[in-house]
Amino acid sequence: MGGMTEHLPAIIVAVPLLAALIVTVVWWFNDRLCFPLSVAAGLVVCGASANLFQKVLTQGVIEYRLGGWPPPVGIVFRVDHLNGLILVVVTLVAFLNLVASRRSAEKEFRDKVGAFYALFLLFITGLFGILITGDAFNLFVLLEIASLTGYALIGIGSGRASLSGLNYLLMGTIGASLYLFGVGILYVLTGSLNMVDIAGILPNLWPSSAIVLAFLLCMGGLFVKMALFPLHAWLPNAYTHAPSVVSSLVAPLTTKVMIYAMMRVALTVFTFDFAFNQIAVRGPILWLAILAIVGGSLMALSQRRLKKMLAYIVVAEVGYMVGGFWLGNKAGMSGAVLHIINDAVMTLCVFLAAAAITIRTGDDRLSSLRGMFKRMPLTMAVMVLGGLSLIGVPPTCGFFSKWYLISGGIEAGHLGFVMALIISSLVNVVLFFRCFEIGYFEPFMRGGEPHSAPVEPGYGAPTVQEAPVEMLFALLTTALLLLLLGLFSGQIVTRVIHQALPAVLG
Amino acid sequence: METIGTLIIAKYNYWAVVVLIAIGLYAMIAKKNLVKKIIGMNIFQTAIILFYVSIGAKRGATLPIIEHGHGESTHMVHAADYINPLPHVLMLTAIVVSVATLGVALALAMRIYFHYGTLEEDEIQKKIIGDEPDKIDSSG
Amino acid sequence: MLAKKNKEFFELMETIGSIRPLLAILASALVIPLIILSRGSPNLRELWTMVGAVLKFMIVFSMLPMVLAGTQIECTLAQVLPGFALQLRVDALGMLFALVSSFLWIITSLYSIGYMRGLQEHDQTRYYSFFALSLSATVGVAFSANLLTLYLFYELLTLSTYPLVTHHQDQEARSSGRKYLFFILGTSIGMILPAMLFIAHKTGTLDFTSQGIVAGRISGQATSFLVLLFVFGFAKAAVMPFHAWLPAAMVAPTPVSALLHAVAVVKVGVFSVARMITGIFGTGWLDDLGLSTLICGLAALTIIVSSLIALSADGLKRRLAFSTIGQLSYIILGVALLSKSGMVGGLLHIGMHAFGKITLFFCAGAIFVATGVTNVSQMVGIGKRMPLTMSAFFIGALSVIGLPPCGGFISKWHLVLGTVEAGQFLMLGILLVSSLLNAAYFLPIVYRAFFCSPSESMFEGPMAEAPTWCLLPPLLTALLSMVLFFYPQPFLRLARLGVQAITGG
Repeated sequence: MGGMTEHLPAIIVAVPLLAALIVTVVWWFNDRLCFPLSVAAGLVVCGASANLFQKVLTQGVIEYRLGGWPPPVGIVFRVDHLNGLILVVVTLVAFLNLVASRRSAEKEFRDKVGAFYALFLLFITGLFGILITGDAFNLFVLLEIASLTGYALIGIGSGRASLSGLNYLLMGTIGASLYLFGVGILYVLTGSLNMVDIAGILPNLWPSSAIVLAFLLCMGGLFVKMALFPLHAWLPNAYTHAPSVVSSLVAPLTTKVMIYAMMRVALTVFTFDFAFNQIAVRGPILWLAILAIVGGSLMALSQRRLKKMLAYIVVAEVGYMVGGFWLGNKAGMSGAVLHIINDAVMTLCVFLAAAAITIRTGDDRLSSLRGMFKRMPLTMAVMVLGGLSLIGVPPTCGFFSKWYLISGGIEAGHLGFVMALIISSLVNVVLFFRCFEIGYFEPFMRGGEPHSAPVEPGYGAPTVQEAPVEMLFALLTTALLLLLLGLFSGQIVTRVIHQALPAVLG
Repeated sequence: METIGTLIIAKYNYWAVVVLIAIGLYAMIAKKNLVKKIIGMNIFQTAIILFYVSIGAKRGATLPIIEHGHGESTHMVHAADYINPLPHVLMLTAIVVSVATLGVALALAMRIYFHYGTLEEDEIQKKIIGDEPDKIDSSG
Repeated sequence: MLAKKNKEFFELMETIGSIRPLLAILASALVIPLIILSRGSPNLRELWTMVGAVLKFMIVFSMLPMVLAGTQIECTLAQVLPGFALQLRVDALGMLFALVSSFLWIITSLYSIGYMRGLQEHDQTRYYSFFALSLSATVGVAFSANLLTLYLFYELLTLSTYPLVTHHQDQEARSSGRKYLFFILGTSIGMILPAMLFIAHKTGTLDFTSQGIVAGRISGQATSFLVLLFVFGFAKAAVMPFHAWLPAAMVAPTPVSALLHAVAVVKVGVFSVARMITGIFGTGWLDDLGLSTLICGLAALTIIVSSLIALSADGLKRRLAFSTIGQLSYIILGVALLSKSGMVGGLLHIGMHAFGKITLFFCAGAIFVATGVTNVSQMVGIGKRMPLTMSAFFIGALSVIGLPPCGGFISKWHLVLGTVEAGQFLMLGILLVSSLLNAAYFLPIVYRAFFCSPSESMFEGPMAEAPTWCLLPPLLTALLSMVLFFYPQPFLRLARLGVQAITGG
């Protein structure tokens, strides 16, 4: 009994990895088996992560030694409150997305279903690995596993997808290489790659410009990967031109996991004291975050395609989390961590809704939303909820993370950040209600002609054509999650996130 | 006082790395041809691999294979006699990553070529503006 | 001294835990699935609405004796933020408002049936569903124990009324809907949210207490700024210049205008402002800072300007909207006077104005259903065609103007007393002038409806009233307006209890 639960961290990475290989093989014999196999793997991982989180809550930090080698020689997986929580949400989001992908995967990649699921599983393997690894170099490898599969997934799409994928690849590689360079310098300085071990050695070397260089390289690399504002150019096109099911996988997870990696590297490798007290990067990064929030929101305004608009919202949301973290106080950091999980669910919600609409209309222009409230009432209801959460209306979860972020801004006396958050909320009102208006006021178009005048006293909607049932299941679950995360956010913050923050914050 | 200057000037291998990174970045930013961009990316990655390889090296040291191994407990192992194998092992992984990245990049470049009939970025941009659906749409 | 007295008062006050406030809120939300499921049979669907409305009123009413006995009923829903919970508390103030809105919902539901069927409106299922949801939010605001909970229900109300305001789904509805969102959602996110967070950060609490939470913890200057943020930010109270959404929202079907834009939504705005003044800032603190004059001034300006605009408005509903804007500011003025009678008058006006104004809206709707007329200038001689409707209109108008024998007189009387108590004679003058203006924009409508030469009259005999369900509700509310003059309970007692809880005497 104890044998299984001891290996939980390994299971989380090994199961999707093996499943990816099995799916590839099985695909040659029967491509109908790919989906159930992947779902089974996703279910196992969800269960394992929930179990692991439960263990962390009761026992504290869990360290798993790969192959039994003790650190700092061997690679360790290290699960604490921070990544335990994020892991649960990320596995769940991945699972929901997997379930939702069925119909559109069959439709969009008819002869490549196996390749799609294999890439999907490898992608989440990389993400889960990033979340639990305690080794700085291992983080790079897993970063690249997630990224490479991500490029491929985006590149599967038609039209501009491959070009967007290549641009993403070029930028992503620069980011990963910078990070690798930074880790190299750390290795030269400390002779270790284990995060905790490095953190123990580094303070003896303060102050050193080499550490500063390593810090800047690691952060810079991760900023590229998470698409922080001036380095965001790859993101909108990549997420827009990717197949819908891929966008709804990549958009909620990649940026959030990268932000986690930033937190991990800043807090565990370089330590809080170094990142916030020894060097003066806090101010400039905060202003970058503000630029990201305002810039992302404003650029979202000028978009005419639903997915591109949502992609720019993701750019703004990255600013929320980066800014909250670099406020460096308890409220701000709690907000940033809470927003990682909330935003993963919110982004999943709106991107899935966009995917559902794209499946039915074959197009993601805003004008294709016409008459949608009649045609896909449930999907639109979920989208409304997701939009409200992104705007920050209680009791959806988006309100609560925004609460912490703004409180953090007030506490730090950083008026700019507070203003940016408020402005972005207001812009989100415009963005989402513009979509809802089109869906509500403009009648459904077929072949350019208004399908029917809306003034018709009938009691049922005329042509309801909802999303496929698997997708609807995922959508409704996500909507429920939005509310649950909101109502339980008090407990999540006090019982989990506060344990995850550095002790100096109290 | 250790400064970034002493750290770098004293060791020419770092300079080589910096120059290679600069070349790689230049190619990625300034070149319009996608394959040239990919080559630049590869130079960039290689620079960092070289950095790792060079930091494992020691003057006068040899390969990390213990000559009188297999149970001879009397023989003393001096770490200074051997180059540090760990960065090299790490780079095996990094090289795999880099080759995989190159593979994906070239595959994407092929798809781009089939779709647009060219690999020149400005020509692709022209074609995109020509047939972009979201530029035509005016409603909403 | 006041604080000590206050403490003694609260030691007498008993607080009990009960889920009844939650049930009162949920009663209408829970019938929504039933409404949607029975969309195929309108009679059953409307039955569910009525069941929800009656049930809601009964639950609210069942708490009345306890509240009148000085008991508070509390219910904690969830500890959503460390130190800040979603919590409900029923006190006299909240009970007053919940009682008015849940009672008038019953009458409005009857009226809705007549109106919506009479005009064969589309998407009635959606209409009834969101109507029920708005009522949940309204009672939620009334029963909120802290600012966070209030904000939640306030936003829920905004969003659930949006589909009602834009019910017609045409271009006009679309632009009105935009205005509605711009003013109401924009201010609540742009002004209330940061103000709330600032207070939470400075004081560590958001609970409504009898003497406020701000006193001594936030500087006077910051308090003045916060007062402005709240008075304007609760744009549902329509203090000028944040009033423009209300006339625009008149594109909604008339029952929506009647209940939501004369009672529920707008009163939520003033109720929130009143809560801020009493529960967050504290009357004592505002008095010390002399901010009473500032709020009174803003309210007075709104009263006069809106009355002047109402004089020249030709659309009947538009005229009613501007009248509402003015009357809302009466309530704010009354509470902001900080004198005992003033506050009683202000709170009482929540109820009295509701009965009067809803009558007027019902009549406007009845006229529209029966004749299709919407403009005042086309209503000359309409008393011959619809004498009952116009009689009800006359009584409603009397109540809004504040003349006996109508309930409006009682609240205005207290307001006038309040200005004298507070020594604000300028405000007294404004109240009197605005009452004259009220009379000037209402009474000619009634006069010309009944007394005009045959050549001027636009309507010919025989009597042809609106359908029964459009006619009975205004007659009923008109009657109740008169009853409230002779027997203003339980509203007067609730208002007095509410004020007593604040001033402690």
